[in-house]
Amino acid sequence: MLNRDEDILKAAEDWQKAGHGVALATVVETWGSAPRPAGSSLVINDDGTFLGSVSGGCVEGAVVTEALDVIASGKPKMLEFGVADETAWNVGLSCGGTIRVFVEKVGQS
Amino acid sequence: MKLETLETVNVERAARRPVIVVTDTDNGEQRLVKAADIATDPLRAELAKQLRMGKSGTIEVGGKKLFLNVYAPTAKLVIVGAVHISQALAPLARSLDYDVTVVDPRTAFASPERFPDVPLIAEWPDVALPPLNIDHYTAFVALTHDPKIDDPALLHAFARDCFYIGALGSRKTHAKRGERLKARGARDSDIARIHAPIGLAIGAVSPSEIAVSIMAEITAKLRLPAPEKEQAA
Repeated sequence: MLNRDEDILKAAEDWQKAGHGVALATVVETWGSAPRPAGSSLVINDDGTFLGSVSGGCVEGAVVTEALDVIASGKPKMLEFGVADETAWNVGLSCGGTIRVFVEKVGQS
Repeated sequence: MKLETLETVNVERAARRPVIVVTDTDNGEQRLVKAADIATDPLRAELAKQLRMGKSGTIEVGGKKLFLNVYAPTAKLVIVGAVHISQALAPLARSLDYDVTVVDPRTAFASPERFPDVPLIAEWPDVALPPLNIDHYTAFVALTHDPKIDDPALLHAFARDCFYIGALGSRKTHAKRGERLKARGARDSDIARIHAPIGLAIGAVSPSEIAVSIMAEITAKLRLPAPEKEQAA
C-alpha cells in the first residue's frame, strides 16, 4: 500500500484545518473480486486533489467528481460501482467485482 | 465525519490504540468507539470480532446497516537473536505485514549482510528495547539461546504486555529459564505466557520451517477468539 491510512486521515485533518472543503470516501462493502477491501479510503479536497485509493484506479475519477458535490452540499452519498450495467465500461471495475463507497464531508456537524 | 471524530482517530492511531468508527450509512450518523470502551458497548460482540480480525465491514443491526471502520495498529514483531531462524522469520513476518525489528548485541550475528532490509539493533536488550515502544500489538520472540540476552528481553516483554511471547528451547531448557526469571521477579502468570517450545507443533526441522511454525502460532494468537487460542497453543 503506497499511502497508509494514517497518512490519508492526517491529510484530511490538515486540509480541513487549512480551510479546505474536504470529503472522505470509504469502501464500505465489496462483492466478488474487489480490488481494495472495506475500510480503504480516499480523501478529496475542494481543489480536486486526492490521496489514497478505493479501487486501485478504476473508479477514483468518478468518486472525486461525486466528492466535490458532497463537499458543496454537505450531504453524505452512497456510490455503487460494478460491471452490472452497460455503462460500466466507463466507470466500472474491470475485475468484475462490485463495491459500495460511502462519501461524507469532513467537518460536518 | 466531524472534525472532532477525525482528530480523535488520528490521536488514537498515533498512540497505537485501536479505534472503531461506526457509521449508519443511510443517514451518515456516526460514533467513535475506543478499544477500552468496547466491553461496555451495546455492539460489543460485533466490535470485538471485527477488531480481532482487523477488518472493516458492514453489519445489519435491527434493520439498520452499520459500517464498522476498524483502525487497528500495525502489528510489530521484535526478534531477539539475529540467528539462522531469524533470517527466515524476518522476511516471512514482513510478508504478513508485521513491522519487524531484530535485536542482538553480537555484531557478528546482527550484520546487514545477514539481514538485508530489516531494522537491526546491535545492542543489549536494556538499551535496544525501551526505544522500540513495545506494546500489546507486539509479538515478541527470544531466539538467542543465551540467558544473558533472552532473560532480560523476556522480562521487558512481560512488562509491556505483548500479545504473543515465545522463546526457543526445549521443555527442560524452558523449566530452567522459568526458575531464573522467577528469581528476577517474574510471576508464575508471566512464565505461563511464554510459548515454549516455540511455534505450532508441525514437525518443523529447518530454520524456514521453524519460522513458519512460529508465524502460524503468532497468527493463531492474533486472530482466534480466546477459547480456541488455548486449544491451538
